[in-house]
Amino acid sequence: MNPRRKKRLTIVASILIGLGVVAGLVLYALSQNIDLFYKPSEIYNGKDDSGVKPVNGQRLRIGGLVVPGSVNRDENSLKISFKLADMRMPIAFDENDPMITVKYDGILPDLFREGQGIVANGILVDGKFIEASEVLAKHDENYMPKELEGDGKQHYSAPVEN
Amino acid sequence: MWKWLHPYAKPETTYHLTGRLIPWFSYLSIILLTIGLVWALLFSPADYQQGDSFRIFYIHVPSATLSMGIYVGMAIAALCSIVWQLKLADASAAAMAPIGAVFTFISLVTGAAWGKPMWGTWWIWDARLTSQLILLFLFLGVIALHNAFEDKVMAGKAAGILTLVGVINIPIIKYSVEWWNTLHQGATVSKMGKPSMTLDMLWPFIFSYMGFIFLIVVITCIRFRTEILARNGMRQWVRDLAVKGES
Repeated sequence: MNPRRKKRLTIVASILIGLGVVAGLVLYALSQNIDLFYKPSEIYNGKDDSGVKPVNGQRLRIGGLVVPGSVNRDENSLKISFKLADMRMPIAFDENDPMITVKYDGILPDLFREGQGIVANGILVDGKFIEASEVLAKHDENYMPKELEGDGKQHYSAPVEN
Repeated sequence: MWKWLHPYAKPETTYHLTGRLIPWFSYLSIILLTIGLVWALLFSPADYQQGDSFRIFYIHVPSATLSMGIYVGMAIAALCSIVWQLKLADASAAAMAPIGAVFTFISLVTGAAWGKPMWGTWWIWDARLTSQLILLFLFLGVIALHNAFEDKVMAGKAAGILTLVGVINIPIIKYSVEWWNTLHQGATVSKMGKPSMTLDMLWPFIFSYMGFIFLIVVITCIRFRTEILARNGMRQWVRDLAVKGES
């Protein structure tokens, strides 16, 4: 390679490496802001990486799995409340998991069901309730035909009620 | 080692080579896309949770991953253009930018159309969606820079630098769903180990994916040829072509 090309290649490579490092540091510094939601355990214990705890009255997003058996619908309105637990694979629930109760008054996405991943946007009350103004469904990356549904659906068991 | 490539640095040779390849790639693309999309949209099974809405996957995922692929191709061309000052590399980068922009746009629109019924929202500022939107802006910026200067060499240099800087966004898009909590789900097909879909869903995907790849190759070749003609308008062989017509 002739010296001029070599020089250009070195300049381009060093600029790219420099920018890569800068971008990496910026993203690392912003990582807690880039996270879309808190997990239920993080509301109790603070963010996994930074330990920042949300305060009462803070508007935040929470993401977790709808705990089977925890969904309470109001007979006469759209009001609903349900509990969220941390997402984990394979899907499993334990009564000792940290759970957050979400209260919502509005139309739910079609995918809302027990055991489904949910992201709710709302205000934290008393450190363990979320008054949600928006509930979104988060589906996973697994797709399968209906005939195989039984294989995937009941991989979790409801937590034992005390 | 690279001796066999040298004739193709000449615009005329490359112009005629791509001209001969276009029909073949077009047939391949049409056949693969027809098989893939008919199979995907009519015959492959519906998803157990999402039903038929899931079928947008067969267009959304190819356009999203290939928009990143086009960007990487454009970046390699930009690198060759800046370091080795190959005029053809610059022409190919200019040819790819609008195609990448269109596929990025398709991925965003199909994603929104999929997100509304399934997630419950058209748009959310999570890491995956935001970084893909930045990719669209990068493509638009590259197109703008290519057209901002009268001097094609200057334009190519400026656009090439922006392209190389923007490469940082590609791993961010790819790994955004693993590094951060997002509403967007993780990778289905391109992950380590087994893809998370059954074979009767995967095969139509592979067909339509290959079809989209050849479609992009064909459009790139066509735009590349136009770009070569536009940049060599003063040459004798282009004038001959214009007089004789395409042989």
